[in-house]
Amino acid sequence: MGAKGEIYGINGPVVEVVGEGSFSMLERVSIGTLGLIGEVIGLQPDKTIVQAYESTTGVMPGEPVTGSGGPMLAALGPGIIGNIFDGIQRPLRTLAQKDGAYIGRGVAAEPLDTEKVYEVEVLAKAGARAEAGQIIAQTPETPLIMHKVMVPPGVSGTVTFAAESGTYTIDDVLARVTDESGQEHEIRMVQMWPIRRPRPHKERRPTTVPLITGQRVIDSLLPIAKGGAAAVPGGFGTGKTMTQHQLAKWADADIIVYIGCGERGNEMTQVLEDFSKLVDPKSGRPLLDRTVLIANTSNMPVAAREASIYTGVTLAEYYRDMGYHVAIMADSTSRWAEALREISGRLEEMPAEEGFPAYLSSRLSEFYERAGRCVNLNGTEGSVTIIGAVSPQGGDFSEPVTQNTKRFVRSFWALDRSLAYARHYPAINWINSYSEYIDDLAPWYNENLGDAFLQNRSEIMAILQEEANLNEIVKLIGADVLPDAQKLTLEIARVIRLGFLQQNAFHADDTYVPLAKQARMMETILYLYGQAKGVVAKGIPVSQAVATGLFEDLIKMKYTIGNDDLAPFDALHDKIRDKIGAVLRENGYEPQGAGSNGA
Amino acid sequence: MALEYIGLKQINGPLVILDGVHGAAYEEMVKIHAADGSERQGRIIELHGGRAVVQVFEGTDGLSLTNTTTEMTGKPMTMPLTRELLGRVLSGSGRPIDGLGDIYPDEMGDINGMAINPVLREYPENFIQTGISAIDGLSTLIRGQKLPVFSGNGLAHDKLAVQIVRQAKAVGADEFAVVFAAMGVKNDVAAYFQRAFEESGVLDKVVMFLNLSGDPVVERIITPRAALTVAEYLAFTHGMHILVILTDMTAYAEALREISSSKGEIPSRKGFPGYLYSDLASIFERAGIIKGKGGSVTQIPILTMPNDDITHPIPDLTGYITEGQIVLDRGLSQRGVYPPVAVLPSLSRLMKDGIGEGYTRADHADLSSQLFASYAKVADARALASVIGEEELSDTDKQYMTFGRAFEEQFIRQGESENRSVEQTLDIGWSLLRLLPESELDRLPPELIEQYYRRTDE
Repeated sequence: MGAKGEIYGINGPVVEVVGEGSFSMLERVSIGTLGLIGEVIGLQPDKTIVQAYESTTGVMPGEPVTGSGGPMLAALGPGIIGNIFDGIQRPLRTLAQKDGAYIGRGVAAEPLDTEKVYEVEVLAKAGARAEAGQIIAQTPETPLIMHKVMVPPGVSGTVTFAAESGTYTIDDVLARVTDESGQEHEIRMVQMWPIRRPRPHKERRPTTVPLITGQRVIDSLLPIAKGGAAAVPGGFGTGKTMTQHQLAKWADADIIVYIGCGERGNEMTQVLEDFSKLVDPKSGRPLLDRTVLIANTSNMPVAAREASIYTGVTLAEYYRDMGYHVAIMADSTSRWAEALREISGRLEEMPAEEGFPAYLSSRLSEFYERAGRCVNLNGTEGSVTIIGAVSPQGGDFSEPVTQNTKRFVRSFWALDRSLAYARHYPAINWINSYSEYIDDLAPWYNENLGDAFLQNRSEIMAILQEEANLNEIVKLIGADVLPDAQKLTLEIARVIRLGFLQQNAFHADDTYVPLAKQARMMETILYLYGQAKGVVAKGIPVSQAVATGLFEDLIKMKYTIGNDDLAPFDALHDKIRDKIGAVLRENGYEPQGAGSNGA
Repeated sequence: MALEYIGLKQINGPLVILDGVHGAAYEEMVKIHAADGSERQGRIIELHGGRAVVQVFEGTDGLSLTNTTTEMTGKPMTMPLTRELLGRVLSGSGRPIDGLGDIYPDEMGDINGMAINPVLREYPENFIQTGISAIDGLSTLIRGQKLPVFSGNGLAHDKLAVQIVRQAKAVGADEFAVVFAAMGVKNDVAAYFQRAFEESGVLDKVVMFLNLSGDPVVERIITPRAALTVAEYLAFTHGMHILVILTDMTAYAEALREISSSKGEIPSRKGFPGYLYSDLASIFERAGIIKGKGGSVTQIPILTMPNDDITHPIPDLTGYITEGQIVLDRGLSQRGVYPPVAVLPSLSRLMKDGIGEGYTRADHADLSSQLFASYAKVADARALASVIGEEELSDTDKQYMTFGRAFEEQFIRQGESENRSVEQTLDIGWSLLRLLPESELDRLPPELIEQYYRRTDE
């Protein structure tokens, strides 16, 4: 076992330990007579600094501290999916049974159910070779997820024993592997992994496949790739959490890891309830069957909040190793950064910007770099996509967490307070936001949706940009004095904003919109734009085109046209052609190509 | 274990430092006996070998390094709990100051509280009708929510809080009580609340904690915690629905800063300690409903934004923890609008699940979304009018100007004792929307426009 020492000083979650034993950096320790969980975060000649993952109220100097001999570990095995853990992977349902409504201290609970029996199919054969990462058995963890039991990284050799397929608990030995040095390794369904160390993979692949979210502003304008990283910064009330919930519900990942890091208790309860009720449109199963929740609410100890991010990403990497596409929603990384700051302050470290420690940026990059699309050790391909919410102080994006995060993510979805005030959701500001993935993803879009999609996308972006410029003028002199061509731009931009960008999360159809419909919507808007331009070019006032009601029809098309049957778009096209044609004829012009249309 | 220590090592603002202490526990309560015979309470906030840093709740004036004895109690700070607390007035640290005698507790509760396991929380979705249109219609209060009022000095937050207490009780037939905690408020304000509770006949349903602005600063740190301990006890042991009013959280946060700076901690924004977020969260997160326990704790913390700045760390961090906010606006107040609720920045995060069919009325969500969107456009029209003059505005913008004025006069403004039902509130909303052309109503599904907007019979 690990070293022993005794408590010398206590300041909030920071505990100073003296004694003969020598602890190692990041070793997991048990603090005091209550046995609080802690972690070594500093070693000095005469004392050891430990951060406690539970409240230290009532702890006394002189109480013992015992090392575990190893770092903080995550237990990886079946039973993770559908579960809800705290920041250090204690299962909250078990804690609730043991301890009641409040989370007590010093409560030990196995992260995974050791008594549950799984139906296991063993794939390993005695006498065969087994490499690190190799899948030696599998078991249906939930109706959606086939859990693959893998040889832990760092272990390889000859299989000397393989169990028969049958029913096992996670602690039963399924195989034994003897390595070159003759050492025997027992392989169970559960394996342990240090949360702060990335799990190894064979190689990284370019991120060329988008994560489809069903959210128009993201999929069509500001996409994220599977294996990519995105940040969602926004002041309070701008809809960060709502955006994260929408992505967790609808993103086409196999598994979602939702980390509630220093956020509201009621929100975690909501996720838990919603995800048990909501049904995944693809599989017809509750979303909870593909979701892991990590809940470390804002009033739980701050050190565990710091650990929750690492616990979450470790679980995600484990499922990536099985060949799944995993998406992490981290809400919010600012709370995690503040936990770093709080502990750093208690350690009396020299602060850098705004009191944050100087290593903020390196910690952020370590986290976001764990995203990626990888070929795993066993040759399967999987990905970890990280979507981190950022809560900037005062909604000011120039603060350190937002700025440092910006350096490590390639999709930046800036939430805007004025959009949120107007209840335009998702309140992603299309001017300040960007996605660097668009070039990587271009071949995928071209192949799956045709070349027109990206052309339409850039045209839509250009219109929005021009609207922003025109709005500067309108603010000063009003819209009435603009020439008709520019008035038309404003009108069509309005259609884009209200009819396309704005999406109603509470509407049965609009909450998730397939890419094919998104493409048709963009194309229809641009068709109307083209037709209306023809009207304006003839010197006819744009108000006549607006009076046709077509613009309003397009704003409502997200509701009037279903997600599955896209045929009404053709009818809408015809309607646009006819009505605009009528406007032209009223003014004495013959619509161009009127005879050939529809052929 | 009544260990006593004679003398102090150092006194530093509200903190005293003892040396040679053995067997003291972190956050243990101590009793300090001054030379004049007075007894004060303190709490150990840092331990370093034999050195203990103690914060003294009643202040350190009159303490000397030599003639002081310190007694360790061996317990964290607790609050006596009993149903009999209803109707009592207590000091900021929970001692009776109403001259009605001692409290005989049924149990003692640790004031620090504990985190509620999210698995056993019940998601709040019961609408509380406050009778105030700006709140019921647009930022609905939900039972178990924490919804702060962001105000400024001189704005009508106290009146608003009293109106909420008075009108909210009318709805639920269940047992209702108020826990009121004043931190660093003026004497007049405390007296105002006391009188208002008396007039509305709820005084015997109120537990008052008073830490006035003249009272010791450090005591403010425990006032909200003691109050919430009582609230949790009444809610989860006696199944009552508790509305907790905490005023003024700004004074609380400033007290925290004062202690932090006496301790010599590294400050983060505006001198506030780096743990301000976690500390505020340990208060606000104590709102909620626990499965199978019957009662609920709803919090309405009031804070005055320094210099009306919503990006100041106190409102900023509060907004990140609470489930929305009601923001008061000086401009509206100057124009004589009561309650001066700034509708656009106000928000209730739990509203979406507590309104609509079965709670309020089916059209509520869409109507409020449309009112928000339309009122947001009023701001644009006004900005334009201030440049080019109202005469030059387009017809639509002129309609928005009319709508904006009517919205403030008819929807937001209401009497101090005017108690509107949610139906009334929603109907006012529809009548205002009729000032706008139908083409401007882009948030409403056609059925609702048909059912409510085109209806002319009233």
